[in-house]
Amino acid sequence: MNNLILLPPFLPLLFGALAALFLRGWLRNTVMLIVPIIGALNIYGLDTGVFWSLEFMGYTLEPVKVDKLSLMFGYLFHIASFIAIVYAIHIKDTLQHVAALAYAASAVGAVFAGDLLTLFVFWELLALTSVFLIWARRTDKAYASGLRYLIIQVLSGVMLLAGLLIYAQVNNSLLFTEIGLEHQGIAQIGAWLIFLAFGIKCAFPFFHNWLTDAYPEATPTGTIFLASFTTKVAVYAFARGYPGTELLVWIGVTMACFPIFFAVIENDLRRVLAYSLINQIGFMIVGIGIGTAVALNGAVAHAFNDVIFKGLLMMTMGAVLHMTGKINGSELGGLYKSMPKTTILCIVGAASISAFPLFSGFVSKSMIMSAAVAEGYDVVWLLLLFAAAGVFHHAGIKIPYFAFFAHDSGIRTTEPPRNMLIAMTLAAVACVVIGSFPAQTVYALLPWEASYQPYDLTHVLTQLQLLFFSALAFVWLNQRNMYPPELPSTNLDADWFYRKLAPNVIKRVASAVNHSYQRAELAVVMSIKHIIQRSYDADKDEPRGYFARFWLTDTMVVWVAILLVAYLLLYYI
Amino acid sequence: MIEQHLAALPIILPLIAAPIALILGRSMLTWAFATLVSALSCIASWQLLMTTLSDGALSYALGGWPPPWGIELNVDVTNAFVLLAVSAMSTLVLIYSKDSIEKEINASNHSLYYTAHLLCLTGLSGMLITGDAFNLFVFLEISSLATYTLVSLASDRRCLTATFRYLVMGTIGATFILIGVGMLYMKTGTLNMADLSTKMAAFESNRTLNTGLAFIMVGVSLKLALFPLHMWLPAAYTHAPSSVTAFLASTATKVAVYVMIRFIFSVFGASHVFETMSMEIILMVLAIVAIFKCSYMATVQSNVKTLLAYSSVAQIGYMVLGISLVSVPGLMSGLIHIFNHALMKGALFMAVGAVFYRMGSVNIEAFKGLGKKMPLTMAAFTIAGLSIIGVPLTAGFVSKWYLVTAALEQDLWIVAALVLLGSLLAVVYIGRVLEAAYFQEPPESQGAKNIKEVPWLMLMPMWILVLANIYFGINTGLTVEAATSASQWLFQGYNPAGVAL
Repeated sequence: MNNLILLPPFLPLLFGALAALFLRGWLRNTVMLIVPIIGALNIYGLDTGVFWSLEFMGYTLEPVKVDKLSLMFGYLFHIASFIAIVYAIHIKDTLQHVAALAYAASAVGAVFAGDLLTLFVFWELLALTSVFLIWARRTDKAYASGLRYLIIQVLSGVMLLAGLLIYAQVNNSLLFTEIGLEHQGIAQIGAWLIFLAFGIKCAFPFFHNWLTDAYPEATPTGTIFLASFTTKVAVYAFARGYPGTELLVWIGVTMACFPIFFAVIENDLRRVLAYSLINQIGFMIVGIGIGTAVALNGAVAHAFNDVIFKGLLMMTMGAVLHMTGKINGSELGGLYKSMPKTTILCIVGAASISAFPLFSGFVSKSMIMSAAVAEGYDVVWLLLLFAAAGVFHHAGIKIPYFAFFAHDSGIRTTEPPRNMLIAMTLAAVACVVIGSFPAQTVYALLPWEASYQPYDLTHVLTQLQLLFFSALAFVWLNQRNMYPPELPSTNLDADWFYRKLAPNVIKRVASAVNHSYQRAELAVVMSIKHIIQRSYDADKDEPRGYFARFWLTDTMVVWVAILLVAYLLLYYI
Repeated sequence: MIEQHLAALPIILPLIAAPIALILGRSMLTWAFATLVSALSCIASWQLLMTTLSDGALSYALGGWPPPWGIELNVDVTNAFVLLAVSAMSTLVLIYSKDSIEKEINASNHSLYYTAHLLCLTGLSGMLITGDAFNLFVFLEISSLATYTLVSLASDRRCLTATFRYLVMGTIGATFILIGVGMLYMKTGTLNMADLSTKMAAFESNRTLNTGLAFIMVGVSLKLALFPLHMWLPAAYTHAPSSVTAFLASTATKVAVYVMIRFIFSVFGASHVFETMSMEIILMVLAIVAIFKCSYMATVQSNVKTLLAYSSVAQIGYMVLGISLVSVPGLMSGLIHIFNHALMKGALFMAVGAVFYRMGSVNIEAFKGLGKKMPLTMAAFTIAGLSIIGVPLTAGFVSKWYLVTAALEQDLWIVAALVLLGSLLAVVYIGRVLEAAYFQEPPESQGAKNIKEVPWLMLMPMWILVLANIYFGINTGLTVEAATSASQWLFQGYNPAGVAL
């Protein structure tokens, strides 16, 4: 391998983006399919260490720094982009292909960035490239949603920049190493700014709306890319910058639990998956917050698996949307008759996300859970258990049940195009292989030294009990007709885990929180609008009154006099 | 022979060439001649910068009369650095002018345009390297008068009112400077800057001298368009021909900023101006207000030239802010921004001029759908716009970086935060143009189909500037070295004189 000329890891994908811009037809398809493979081979050939380091304004920059953590994410992103490209290859839209490949390249660049400045560059590129995947849907709703998404993402970038400026000032170094939140004075603010910048991209509670707002508005194929990269880059950044920060445990638990309520009342199945994405990131963040080797390994392993099984679920829903044009749970149903293959693949994805033994979710989720117990976070463990059951309910059962079974909607369609089926099959096989042979696959890549055995009696038994009782509850409710399929958007609260909380209360609380949040947002937006309307005439596209004038000479001369007086006064004072 | 008189070349070359350009008369011929002369003075400036970087400051006695009686030219790293920026911009703008002025200036006035441009270059170079306070006023008037002519050449009649206001304001500014210099002369009996500095040290905070300082500061603030004395600028930039705007925006105000630096640091002495007179307070407040008020004004404009003009005033705010921090890194960030802003504003105004060339309008409406029709021009606009915003890998980022670092060094948190917030406004005003260019459909009209790229003579200088934006964003060696040694020299060389006051 050493005799090959190796490239910066992001370069092959970036080249692919360029090729997608200029080439057409089968040539473009071939190049697009080959670049992730070349990219993966390229990083396989990279030795650990720092490459192409350079001096910039007195700081050392390390544009490419290879270690086991970045390698793991590097492989992951190449696998994910390969699958997503296969899934999207039938599309003729140049914009989407270019944006998707450039987006993947930015994600790879970000995880190999050895210093904060390089990280910032790729951080902003992630935002700028991914937004086109949303806009490519070419609806007004998607445009507005994409714009909101872009603003929040750029805000995250600006915070990162502000934070890294302070960090560089204090530490006189830009290298991206462990940052942590414990600092003195000005450095404290820098560390918090970087923390929040990562948090926004990671969809922390109250910052998560960009995700559930924008991802379901993206194109069916674009969502696969979106779900794979942005949040995982943030998870990576936390794993490197803030391992063992206790605050993350509690943030992570919140992230794992609260989306369940929203996911249950949501009708748009892709939005359900978006909520479930936040929920899964919650598990990873808990793992990073615990900070032991097993927990960190669990977090990155779960990130690895999540990209694949969440991608698989997103792909099946994308296939449904692609074939039927519908995505609301209440409008679908009975599709297993016309899309049997997609149904099976969706169930594999559902089993993985629910962490069935022998499927990929199990081998990583149980790592985080057992790390929580080992470190004495009992409450956290219980909450995670609740979250795990919630996942099984809304992602494991709700998604396949309402899309493919439930009451027959009468829609008759066919299986999706062959490339979509191949992509989904690849992901499904990966789920099963990782789940069955973790030691040979994902565990081999883990960055921290720790031994862990997923298939022992306790883990398997706990998980099976959990799943069994969840399934029982579902079946029972269905038998008693407490799960009326005609009103899928309201009945889903009837889950025995939180039945005691009474479904109405949950809904009311959820909608009250939502309302007050929206009202506050509206108030801010309105006041900004007011300022703008006073100075700008939107109909004529012109500035108004004061803002449109050029001044007369006398006004200017008055100011000259005032300034002269000010200068002189300052001297006499 | 030439080596010996190198310091005078940037002034003498364009000065002699200006009347010749008028005599040549034919548009094509004058263009070639003026460009050549400008390129020669650019080479001379480069030589000067290299010489000063290796050997330190140069002093040249004009006509062989020794200072302080004769006029002295002082070339140091600081002004050689700005001089290089000015003459390089002049050359690029002249290359660009050939096609650009065809659409904007009557053919009979073309040779007048090149003459005025050369005179303006003479004045600006003179202001930069002269070591004589009165001589500075003379060069200031030469460049100003040439500028009024340039602005009034546009075929749009509204340029005349704009020019008239500019003329009145410019004259007031120049008069203030003259009054100030007069007061200094009254007290010290000398006009040579170095001599002034030593003679003034003998006076204990004299009232006449301090009033003189106030007059000079106001006069210079007017010339450099410091808020709230910027009001002549948006009108003049909007109605001037595009190539004139590109030249003025990237050079004239920058030279005035340099004159301010020169008066503060090498005539009055930094500690006197800032400690005794506390001028940094006024400068800092005005700079910050300029950044916000004018950036906001830029966001609501519909004429893209006006938009960029307001943005220029805001960017001058960044330079003055750097000076007002009173530290080596602060001054350095100001100097770097002088250079970098010339690169980005030059490219932006050239791109806008290219749009005018094809569309006949610079309203934001005219930009709709141009991303597809004039891809190179709009790509240039985009990259230069990113540089204004301060995106990494562009020159703008380097300036902002040093400014924020300098502010943080003094624990001026709020200032640092405000600088970053100001950049967000830049995202809005640049974003509005980009949105129109890339995301909106062009209006349906017969002429719209024929819109294509502008001639390569317009594209080439534009892209040279764009590439320079990227180059100086990545390789900061030259800019930082020149600015560091310049600002260290300014503080070291002249603080003692100030302390003595």
